[in-house]
Amino acid sequence: MPHLALMDETQQLLQNTVHDFAQAQIAPRAHEIDTTNQFPRDLWPKMGQLGLLGITAPEAYGGADMGYVAHVMAMEEISRASASVGLSYGAHSNLCVNQIVLNGSDAQKQKYLPKLISGEHLGALAMSEVAAGSDVAAMQLKAEKQGDSYVLNGNKMWITNGPEADTLVVYGKTEPYDNRSITAFIIEKSFSGFSTAQKLDKLGMRGSDTCELVFQDCKVPAENVLGEVGGGMKVLMNGLDYERLVLAAGPVGIMQACLDVIIPYVHERKQFGKAIGEFELMQGKIADIYTRINASRHYLYAIAKLADMGLATRKDAASVILYCAENATWVASEAIQCLGGNGYINEYPTGRLLRDAKLYEIGAGTSEIRRMLIGREIFNETK
Amino acid sequence: MNILIPIKRVIDYKVPVRVKPDHSGVVTENIKMSMNPFDEIALEEAIRLKEKGIASQLTAVTIGTQACQDILRHAYALGVDQAMLLETDKSLEPLAIGNILKAIADKTDAQLIIMGKQAIDDDNNQAGQILAAKLGWAQACFASEVNIEGDSATVVREVDGGLETLKLQLPAVITTDLRLNEPRLAKLPDIMKAKSKTIEIIPVSDLGIDLPEQIEILETTPPKPRAKGQMVGSVDELLEKLRDLM
Repeated sequence: MPHLALMDETQQLLQNTVHDFAQAQIAPRAHEIDTTNQFPRDLWPKMGQLGLLGITAPEAYGGADMGYVAHVMAMEEISRASASVGLSYGAHSNLCVNQIVLNGSDAQKQKYLPKLISGEHLGALAMSEVAAGSDVAAMQLKAEKQGDSYVLNGNKMWITNGPEADTLVVYGKTEPYDNRSITAFIIEKSFSGFSTAQKLDKLGMRGSDTCELVFQDCKVPAENVLGEVGGGMKVLMNGLDYERLVLAAGPVGIMQACLDVIIPYVHERKQFGKAIGEFELMQGKIADIYTRINASRHYLYAIAKLADMGLATRKDAASVILYCAENATWVASEAIQCLGGNGYINEYPTGRLLRDAKLYEIGAGTSEIRRMLIGREIFNETK
Repeated sequence: MNILIPIKRVIDYKVPVRVKPDHSGVVTENIKMSMNPFDEIALEEAIRLKEKGIASQLTAVTIGTQACQDILRHAYALGVDQAMLLETDKSLEPLAIGNILKAIADKTDAQLIIMGKQAIDDDNNQAGQILAAKLGWAQACFASEVNIEGDSATVVREVDGGLETLKLQLPAVITTDLRLNEPRLAKLPDIMKAKSKTIEIIPVSDLGIDLPEQIEILETTPPKPRAKGQMVGSVDELLEKLRDLM
């Protein structure tokens, strides 16, 4: 969490509430979720009841209408308890719910948001394909207009929450099937022609289920177009800005989780007759970790505040997740080092934290794509 | 039935308390503060009574500086109907608090007052008892179970020998123990709604109440660090050591 003096009354209360919830309901299960690779679906109605799932959604649809600073706070505390639950939470509450909030018609919001916000339904978003990852505009999923419906054919890859999702925002190409004709659709699990392939076996973020989505003549009513027909690229890019911002709280939560392990350890662990935290080399490590966490966190909260003011830019969103993600991988690796031999065995959470952290250098745009976006935008602005 | 719930802002129970270098008190600057945990239990009990249809109006009240409004917002988010801040910069003693709360009980027409058995900062365990005496009401302290029927309350309280069940005639003061209930978390939409609720602020000086000061704090010192334990080889050795100590 940011420094107390930087939070208002409401934010402090929110932070406290999410922290207490996450530590009681999620943290004790983090190890088990990782080892069994089982998605904790039962947490969703609990998060829904607390109001976590529709944090940026209007009250009229069951949301809390709190904005991005609040969303980032929730994401940080949930990820601190379990990064994998945090990732699924981000995919649900931001990628799916917030995309419908930002782009949905009133009828679509009425129909889909209340069940997503209560946790009865699980949400996901699908843009990547096997041959269209960083080059997302190269997607092949075809959406052919037939009467009042679109018929979808193709596949989506690496879809967080895919195996269990009830409501999915999916990008495909409508006529003339070029880069300018990307369209977003709301897909229900029960639509005929929609299926999911086998759950992927991942290095980290285990228990945050990921899979391939398969569309074989999947008929989608035209009323399920999200935003404009052919306007999907705008929906996608705007959505990605908010996605990067909110997901950047994931690595910050992971870094805090590292510190939560390191600090008690350097007091308890004794070598050469004293606590290892007495050694200056260890103090130097802690200083570097502390500095990176706080630089990341305060950058994150500054950009979240700008987002609430409508002033966050694409380069800031990309920049904040680039910085937080790379720092988290570094901090998690240092956490292993602080714990020495214990850090390397799976009885301690540090190995899991490193495996989980690495995802954020890849998901929602790789570090390379983020650097490209930031550099290009700065250069173009100053031409 | 109207219920009054007096609450106190204290250093959060998870924060390690540090004594000021000059021993004049404990450090409170830049430290996380929250509602006294026993008061949270009192508030939860009052909310449950409202949910059961037994209580109609819940009023949370606190005494302190403007900063104490945060715990009143928390109370609003949890479900009270009204919140009052009795503003003062002074640190008040239990007798003064009893005097102030008596005036507020009259003002809010409360038939029941539920409050924490003590605050975790000064651990006085006096305000509830003093308040009941000042009002001339029945009192049940350290409640672990509360049932209200008509104009009487049945309270199970924890005493040294086990459990004691009391039947009280309302109006009454009940103070809560740890095992009475498990307080809920505030829901996010309710936290948002609490933002726009009105907190009634009354300067304590306007009440014209006697605020006796009978205690002077001479010094605050941290507890001595606990001495390192000793491992003993057998029960006999343990008994021998205990005998030596006595």
